[in-house]
Amino acid sequence: MARPDSRTYEPWQDVNASPLVRIEGVTKTFGDTYAVDNVSVDIYRGEFFSLLGSSGCGKTTLLRMLAGFEQPTAGRIFIDGTDITHVPPYERPVNMMFQSYALFPHMNVERNIAFGLRQEKLPKGEIQERVNEALQLVKMTEYARRRPEQLSGGQRQRVALARALVKRPKILLLDEPLGALDKKLREHTQFELVNIQEKLGITFIMVTHDQEEAMTMSTRMAVMNDGVIVQLGTPAYIYEYPATRFIAEFVGAANVIEGRVLAVQEDCLSIYSDAYDCELLIQHHKPMDIGAPVAVALRPEKVLMVEAPTAAPTAVNTISGIVSEIAYLGDISIYHIRTAGGQMLQAQLTNRNRGENPGPTWDQPVQLTWHQSSGVVLDA
Amino acid sequence: MSNRRSPLLSQTLFGRFWLWLVRVMSWRRVQGVAHRLHGRPLVILVPILWFSIFFLAPFLFVLKISFAESLLALPPFSALVQFSADGLLQIRLNIANYLLLLEDSLYFRAFVNSIKVAGISAFLTLLVGYPMALGITRVKARWRLVLLMLVILPFWTSFLIRVYAWIGLLKNNGLINNLLLWLGVIDQPLPLLHSDFAVYLGIVYSYLPFMVLPLYATLIKLDQSLLEAAEDLGCRPLRSFWSVTFPLSLPGVIAGSLLVFIPAVGEFVIPDLLGGPDSLMIGKILWNEFFTNRDWPVASAIAVLLLLLLVVPMILFQRVQGRTQDQPERLKGAPDA
Repeated sequence: MARPDSRTYEPWQDVNASPLVRIEGVTKTFGDTYAVDNVSVDIYRGEFFSLLGSSGCGKTTLLRMLAGFEQPTAGRIFIDGTDITHVPPYERPVNMMFQSYALFPHMNVERNIAFGLRQEKLPKGEIQERVNEALQLVKMTEYARRRPEQLSGGQRQRVALARALVKRPKILLLDEPLGALDKKLREHTQFELVNIQEKLGITFIMVTHDQEEAMTMSTRMAVMNDGVIVQLGTPAYIYEYPATRFIAEFVGAANVIEGRVLAVQEDCLSIYSDAYDCELLIQHHKPMDIGAPVAVALRPEKVLMVEAPTAAPTAVNTISGIVSEIAYLGDISIYHIRTAGGQMLQAQLTNRNRGENPGPTWDQPVQLTWHQSSGVVLDA
Repeated sequence: MSNRRSPLLSQTLFGRFWLWLVRVMSWRRVQGVAHRLHGRPLVILVPILWFSIFFLAPFLFVLKISFAESLLALPPFSALVQFSADGLLQIRLNIANYLLLLEDSLYFRAFVNSIKVAGISAFLTLLVGYPMALGITRVKARWRLVLLMLVILPFWTSFLIRVYAWIGLLKNNGLINNLLLWLGVIDQPLPLLHSDFAVYLGIVYSYLPFMVLPLYATLIKLDQSLLEAAEDLGCRPLRSFWSVTFPLSLPGVIAGSLLVFIPAVGEFVIPDLLGGPDSLMIGKILWNEFFTNRDWPVASAIAVLLLLLLVVPMILFQRVQGRTQDQPERLKGAPDA
């Protein structure tokens, strides 16, 4: 995504930057279950921050605590240095865009957007001005007099966005903002949301279960599981350096090969996998014990698939197998390769030429190889 | 064929009728009729029959009697249609009953007073019922059923007995007065019974479920995220009630109010038992005309007018309901771009 200053704008790297939102050891329990378990995270001004996770991982509960709809069982939340843990929602400098949009059905678009400003008892002229501005921002000026049920899903989404932005919050919370849109519209809206965010400079915090969405839009994302942030970082970092097996498999596709450490070299681990009957050489910088169990994640697009055996089958970072399944996705084809030991591995081929099958076909023997920098050694 | 099976059948009148019926109602024919009447017509037929037998026919009788003359006979009114001695068909329409209702201001005052009492009662019931309904929607799901049961529970006792019970509570040496006297709040019993207060109390108490149930039905459907959105946009709880919850519950408010108002207008038992001797309710006057004066035609005329009076709010109610139901349908046609 076009983000001109994204390379330089990395406030989380700056030790002097003070966070806009500080979530400090926040825990939320419902009965015996920990929805959010001791989460701490700093979010900086101007960020587009995503909370990514499958349903029930606690991401929505965390967002609702930021909005003030839920009270943390323990821990504190600061906005701009002020403790807002026990401030009611109507006094917080945040606004939320609801998953269901929650537009007031008995008010037209204009009155929906004006609702928040009327609570502030602003003069009529200013309200009208700011409503018009917001309508223009989301390109809904012509629909000002429509009622929510007279709008399509995409239009409702824009009204909900305008209604949340018109109050000029410090932080905009988005709960699955694109969940109800169809795929094409979703992709288009992703760009629009990011453009609006950059134009207004408001900090966005988004909850989503869609890793592609999170990766496209976020400056940073926090991957959550079981109420805990498993990994926090830029989309590229999380994709390329997944910390755990869960992240490797949740964010993108991954082949996970389990084995034991054979030898520790200068910046590499030599690993032997029984299941794949293969020796791997993977870049790794942390010390490991010889014989310790490890798992290696290999992204399918980083695996090279060749039809004719070019390396000896016993060579390092080489696994032989036969093609079991081919999923043709148009731009790429995903190959499922069955190894001699019955294990399945994924590889990708880009369909560069038209019409013809680009690579090997079903039941054909192939060889998979990869570079030692392609694999990632995962935490236990 | 049927004859052979049972020769006896064809010999009696009933037997012949039975055979005819069997032939006519052969299975195929039944199927054919059912086929033609399948679905919607058949479904509509049932309420139409019900309506005709139990409402339209009795109403026509009442309408007929309202145009008759009062007689000291059995039945105590003149026939509307009869053959005179020389074989002429005579229809006698007597509009004197209606003229009497217009001339004697008693009836007019009773009508107006009934509407006033019913209107105030509906409003008071709304005041009591709304917090109840809202409260029931806010408790945990398993408690909702219990609370709804408690709302409906009094219905399981006779209405009359429940109204009588209020006499015991309200009378001069009743529970309430005795308690207040014992507490020293008052030194003279309050004249609670036989007052307008008692009538309102009785109506609010008796019709409360009719208010709570439709209100509950609309409030439980209210999307909670709308209230969160209002709060998120800077609305304090009380304001968000008036700007979101209440306007969106209006269909329930109207339904509940009409369900209380309509029967309360014609209410007879409550004003008779709890109201004062001068409480002027049209239901009570109707009763008096029927049973004390034995003037069935005037009583019928009152009933017809009362019905017309009630049909207006009922039609209004129907239109409101129709509008809320039609809305999504109508808007489907709305241009979308």
